[in-house]
Amino acid sequence: MIVLAAVAILLPFAAAFAGMLFGPTVSHLLTPLARRVRSPRPGTAAGRARVLARRLPANGPALIAVLPVAVSTVITAVVAFEQWRQPRVRTGTLTLVQTGGLPFAVSLDVDGLSAVVALMVCCVALAVQIYSVAYMRDDPRYSSYAAFVSLFTAAMLLVVLSGDLLVLYVGWEVMGVCSYFLIGHYWHDRATSRAAVKAFLMTRIGDVGFLFGIFVLGMAAHSFGIRAVIAHVPAMSHTTLVAGTLLLLCGVAGKSAQFPLHTWLPDAMAGPTPVSALIHAATMVAAGVYVVARLYPAFLFAPASLAVLGIIAAISMLGAALAALAQDDLKRVLAYSTISQLAYMAGGLAVGTRDGAVFHLLSHGAFKALLFLGAGCVIVTVGSSVLSTMGGLRRAMPVTFWSMTIGFAALAGVPPASGFFSKDTILSQAWHAARQQRPRGDFGSFAHSSVGGGTGTQGYTALNNAHRLPVIPESMPGIPSWTGWLVFIAGLVTVAITAAYATRTWLVTFFGEQRSEVAPREAPPLMRWPVAVLAVPALVLGFLGLGSDHLRPEPGMAAVSLLFTAAGAGAVFLVWNNDPALDPVRLLGPVRPVLQAGFHLDNVYDVLVVRPVLALARLVVSTDERVVDAAVEGSGRGARRLGGLLRATENGNPQAYVSGLLAGVVIIVLAVVVLT
Amino acid sequence: MHLVYPVVIAAMLFSVGVYGVLARRNAILVLMSVELMLNAVNLNLVVFDMRWADRLHGGQVLTLFVIVLAAAEVGLGLALVLLIYRNRRTVDIDRLRALADRDVDPDSDISAIPDDEGVRR
Repeated sequence: MIVLAAVAILLPFAAAFAGMLFGPTVSHLLTPLARRVRSPRPGTAAGRARVLARRLPANGPALIAVLPVAVSTVITAVVAFEQWRQPRVRTGTLTLVQTGGLPFAVSLDVDGLSAVVALMVCCVALAVQIYSVAYMRDDPRYSSYAAFVSLFTAAMLLVVLSGDLLVLYVGWEVMGVCSYFLIGHYWHDRATSRAAVKAFLMTRIGDVGFLFGIFVLGMAAHSFGIRAVIAHVPAMSHTTLVAGTLLLLCGVAGKSAQFPLHTWLPDAMAGPTPVSALIHAATMVAAGVYVVARLYPAFLFAPASLAVLGIIAAISMLGAALAALAQDDLKRVLAYSTISQLAYMAGGLAVGTRDGAVFHLLSHGAFKALLFLGAGCVIVTVGSSVLSTMGGLRRAMPVTFWSMTIGFAALAGVPPASGFFSKDTILSQAWHAARQQRPRGDFGSFAHSSVGGGTGTQGYTALNNAHRLPVIPESMPGIPSWTGWLVFIAGLVTVAITAAYATRTWLVTFFGEQRSEVAPREAPPLMRWPVAVLAVPALVLGFLGLGSDHLRPEPGMAAVSLLFTAAGAGAVFLVWNNDPALDPVRLLGPVRPVLQAGFHLDNVYDVLVVRPVLALARLVVSTDERVVDAAVEGSGRGARRLGGLLRATENGNPQAYVSGLLAGVVIIVLAVVVLT
Repeated sequence: MHLVYPVVIAAMLFSVGVYGVLARRNAILVLMSVELMLNAVNLNLVVFDMRWADRLHGGQVLTLFVIVLAAAEVGLGLALVLLIYRNRRTVDIDRLRALADRDVDPDSDISAIPDDEGVRR
C-alpha cells in the first residue's frame, strides 16, 4: 500500500526529469515507427484514427507526460479503493534523517482523506495532461511544459501523502516554484513574467509563516511527524497552538489565495489555460485547505485560529464573488470564483466541518477543472479570453456547452450538480455552529484521537467513519458562535452572487448573438473529451455525500440556499433577457470598475508595500553608490592623483634625469662644504 | 707652469661637457660631450701625475685606460645612435621618450601597455 503510494508519487517525478531530458529524443526514435503506418485516406473514421495514431506516438514528451500520470491514477484509485474497503491508517517510513536537532522522517501516510485527495489530484492531472497534448501542440517548449506539469503533480502528491511536516513542506515549495515556471510559460511577454514573479513572491510571503508554524508545532511535539504532532495537540499549551496554527494560516492564505494574499491568483491567468485548471482545481490552491484539514485537530484546539480563518474566509468569499461578477475576462471570472469557492472550504473548516470542506474540495476540483478546460476550448475557438468577444457558441460547440453548463451549475450550486451538496454541507454546519449546536458528529473523531493520545494511530481509525465516538472532552474549546454567523451570512450572500456571476458568464459566453469574427467550431477531440469526461464527476460526485449522514443535505438549509441561488440567477437572467446583446453587469454602474479591479487591492498593496520597499531599495542602492563605493573609489583616485604629482618628473627625457642628478650632487657638495 | 692653468682648463672642458650632455638635442653631440668630460678627466690625471711624479706614473697609466675605454664607449654609443636612427628616423633626444611613465588606464590589463616601439605605431 505504502509502496504503491510511493510509486504513485515517484512516477510523475521521474516523468518530469525524463520528459525534460529525453522528450525530443523519444520523438526522434518514434518518428520512423510512426511513418510505417500507411498514410491514411482523409475523412474516414479509420483514417482519422490513423491520423491520431500517427501523431500521438511520435510525440515523445506527450507520451512521457501522460503515461506515468495515467499509471499513477490507476495506482491511487487502487489505494483509495483499498482504503475504502478497509479503512485504517497505513504509514511507512523510508528513512529517518538525523539533523542534529529533531530528526525528520521521509515517510508516507495514507488514510481516507489523503487517499481520496490523491485520487482527485491524479484524475485532474491526467485530464490536464491529455488536454495539453492538443492545447500546446504547436508550442516549441511543450516538452518542458509537460515536464513541469508532471513535477507539479508529483509535488502535490507528496504534499497529500507525506507523513512528515518537513517532507510536506518540500512538496509545498516545489509546487511554488513549478507554479512560477508554468505561470511564466510565456515569459517573453512582460506581463506574464511579472505575474509569475508576483505569484511566487505572494505565496513565498505566506510560506515563511508556514515554515515557522511547522517549527513551532514540531518543536512542541518533539517530532515533525503529522500523527505525532496531532497526538501531542492536547498536551500543548494554548499559546503554542494558537501561534503555530496562525503561522500555518499565513502559508494557507498564500497558497490557497485567501484574502490578504490572494492577489496573485487573478494575475496567474496569464499562464496557459490547462495550467490554470491544474493550479485552480487539483494542486496549489487545494494544498492550503488540505493542510488545514490534515492538521485539523491542532486548529480545533485553537479556536482563535479558527476564528481568524472564518474572518478570512468570509471576506474572501464575498469579495471575490463580487469581483468575479464584474470581470470581463472569462479566465479572470473563473479565477475569482476559485478564491470564492476556496473560501467556502476555509469557512467550512472554520465552523468545524472538515469532511464538508474536503467534500467541497473534491467537487470543486472536478467542476473547476471542467470549467477551466472548457474555457480553454472556448478561448482557442474564439481566439480571445475577453467575454465581449464571445456569445452564441451554444450551437457550434455542443460538447463544450453542455459540459460547461454542468460546471456552471455545480459552481452556482444548482441541484443535482455536485456543488450544491458540498456547499450545502458547509452552510448547514455554519448554521449549527452559529447556534452552538453540534449535531453532525464531525468533532467526534478528533475528540477520540485526543483522548487516545499516544501514537495517535489507533485514534485515527476513527477518521474513516469506522468507530465514530461522540466523546467531546472538556478540554476542547468550542467554536465561537459569531464565527458561525459570519461564515453563514457571508456564505448565503455569496451563494446568490455566485449564481449571478455563473449565470452571467454562461449567458454571455454561449447565448445571444455570435460576436467573434471567426466561425466557431468544436475544439479538437483531445481537448473536447477530457472536458466531457470531467463533467461526469462534476455532476454526480455530490451523490456520494448521501452515503454519509453528516454530508447529507438538510432540507431546510437546501431550500434556503436554493432560494438564494434562484434569486441571483433569476435577477441576472431577467436583466439579460431585456436586451441579450448587452452584458447584464452594466447595471452595476459606477461600482463596476472598483469590483473589476478587485477593490483596487493591488493599488493598496502598491502604496503600502511595493512603493516603500522600492524606495528603501533605491535608498540602499544610492547609499551603496554614494557612500560605500565612493569611499573606495575616492581613496583610489586620491592615491592616483598623488602619484600623478610624482609622475610629472618621469617624463622620459634622460637629460632631465641627469640634470636632476647634477643638481643633487651640487646640493650635497654644498651641504657638505657648508656644514663641515 | 702653475698648476692652476691646466686645472682650470680641465674644469672648463668638463663644464662644457656637462652642458653638452644636459642641453644638446643631438645624440651624437651628447656623445661628444661625454668625450669632452672624459678628456677633462684625462687632463687632470696627467697634470696631477706630473705633480705627484711617483715611480709607476699611475695617473698616466689610468689615462691610457680611460682613452681605451672611451674608444670602446664611443663605438658602442655610435652603434646605439645608429640603431636608434634606423628605427626612429631621428636622433633627437627630446623626442625619444620611451622611458616616460605613460598614463595607463588602471582597469586595463598589462597587455594593453604599449611596448617600447609604441612611438612607431
